[in-house]
Amino acid sequence: MSDCMTLRTYVIARILLTIPMIFILLTSVFLVMRVLPGDPVQMHFEKMASPAVINQMRIQLGLDKPLYAQYFDYIVGLFRGDLGKSMQDYSSVGQQIFSAFPATLELAICSMLIAVLIGVFLGVEASKSYNRPKDHIIRIFGIVTYAIPVFFLGMILQMVFGVWLHWLPTGGRIAPGMAPTGLSLGGIHFSTGLYTVDSLLQGNLTEFGLSLKYLLLPSLTLGLVLCGIFIRLTRTNMFETMRLDFVTAAKARGLKDSTVTYRYILRNAFLPVLTMTGLQFALLLGGAVLTETTFSWPGLGRYLVDRINFRDYTAIQGAVVVFGIFVSIVSLIVDLLYAYLDPRIRL
Amino acid sequence: MLAQIIPGLGSLARRRGMAGKLVLVGAIITGFVVVMTVLSPILAPYNPSKINVGRPLTAPNSQFPLGTDDVGRDMLSRVIAGGGIMLQVAIVSVFVCLLIGVPLGLFSSHTGGYVDRLISLIMDSIYAFPGIILAIAFSLVLGRGVVNMALSIAVVYVPSYFRMVRGQVLSIKELPYVEAATSIGAKKRTILGRYILPNVTPSVVCVATVNFADAILTAAGLTFIGLGVPVNVPDWGWDLTNGRRLLPGGSWWVIAFPGLMIILLALGFTLMGEGLTELLNPRLEQGGEK
Repeated sequence: MSDCMTLRTYVIARILLTIPMIFILLTSVFLVMRVLPGDPVQMHFEKMASPAVINQMRIQLGLDKPLYAQYFDYIVGLFRGDLGKSMQDYSSVGQQIFSAFPATLELAICSMLIAVLIGVFLGVEASKSYNRPKDHIIRIFGIVTYAIPVFFLGMILQMVFGVWLHWLPTGGRIAPGMAPTGLSLGGIHFSTGLYTVDSLLQGNLTEFGLSLKYLLLPSLTLGLVLCGIFIRLTRTNMFETMRLDFVTAAKARGLKDSTVTYRYILRNAFLPVLTMTGLQFALLLGGAVLTETTFSWPGLGRYLVDRINFRDYTAIQGAVVVFGIFVSIVSLIVDLLYAYLDPRIRL
Repeated sequence: MLAQIIPGLGSLARRRGMAGKLVLVGAIITGFVVVMTVLSPILAPYNPSKINVGRPLTAPNSQFPLGTDDVGRDMLSRVIAGGGIMLQVAIVSVFVCLLIGVPLGLFSSHTGGYVDRLISLIMDSIYAFPGIILAIAFSLVLGRGVVNMALSIAVVYVPSYFRMVRGQVLSIKELPYVEAATSIGAKKRTILGRYILPNVTPSVVCVATVNFADAILTAAGLTFIGLGVPVNVPDWGWDLTNGRRLLPGGSWWVIAFPGLMIILLALGFTLMGEGLTELLNPRLEQGGEK
């Protein structure tokens, strides 16, 4: 191990590390689905179909081949983007996941934004009144929001803002027929799948507002549950940075409190928040599964739950794999970004 | 070992007021819920599984303080009795985690080398994965039932114990007094029992309390998705799932009270965990902590 690693070495090493981790993930999912007690096809039919029907599905899905052959097909298929065929109608799982994915991405980004904004703001406020009532209240708030089951919070918000106040819709992603289609420039069609972005690309502000309306409750739910950790992190980091000399110097120079807080202290406390965002990402996706189910949000999480109800094991396997790869890539990006921003990590 | 920790806790609680209060409040809340669940056959005014004890979907009133659900079951009784499954699942899963995670951490850090790196890599992969999705995958394959659910949840949290134990052991091994003990010929057993375990135990306790809270929330989540325990026993998670479709009709009480109980139980453990972490792992917070 060299004493001083360059950024380039770190990047290469980190990317190389991701590969075995993804491989372990893929292999584990494969094994869990096949080797542990319970045959996927039989469980799909809940043992109620004739052996002929069960066998036919087995052949159709390639599950009659020996284990190593299945594994080989599985890995090769993944490289080609083929995630197998759904047990329900033999359609491409990859296609289904691809269409569900942007919804989850949109929810994830929005929720994380809300979590960070609320968390950092409250963390700053808490650090300013250390050990006084406001600090305690904010800390308790952070702890309590974490203890709330995310789907319960979702249902409460649905109840209050949807059923009682009629301010916001209780479910779905957009009103039927109103989905933005993105930008069309002379035959070239460009769409991100994120309704907020697409509606802006189209220049349609009504649809933008509408998509935000539908997005608000689900992302608020998920964001609130996750903000606790950002509150705690910001509070601690702000507090440690506050004691450093350059802050005292800034105050002595007569700078306004808000300038000192936001431009000096927060800027330094920001880096851990970035890392934490990456670390929380797995938690975010897990929470998204429950949130999407609660709000009938048509994303990957709800896809997974639907497939569970259908006992569609190939689709479930595909969804789990995609979630895993998604998390691995995000954590890779966060680690690389952190290494780029903080020279100490490579030394 | 517990005797070594508890007197320590006593004096620490006095020195760090806030953290001690957190543990106390957390313990009271948790104790209350556990006692209520255990005594539910005596405390519940009606049989929680009996349908039509009252008119279906009555709002909270004097006869049924928490209302009735869609088949006329008393919500108060269901709330009092509903914690059983969740507590069982949480206890079994924490037990399994301790049984697997702690020895694995000790073994891995002791062995070192490629074995350690391989196990750490596997544990890191599991740790990085979204918890509930992993629990779903295992739950699907293992089937339903209290033990299977507990095992599915345990898989998710074993890495936390592993990492904590391994990290602690690695740092303790470097300490001078451990080196001194080795050099005067102390057996590995002695070092393990006298130096390593007493230092590792408080951290494991902290992880376990927070793990309890997470296990409860994950169990609730699994039930919500439909992978819960398939018995006709009152269960808060089940009430939440069932009551969901009653919301548009305005029957908020079917989900509100079971949900509050889940929050209360998870909160109790989280507060204990927060307080214990602050007490047992003194941090570098300077200035006026009293």
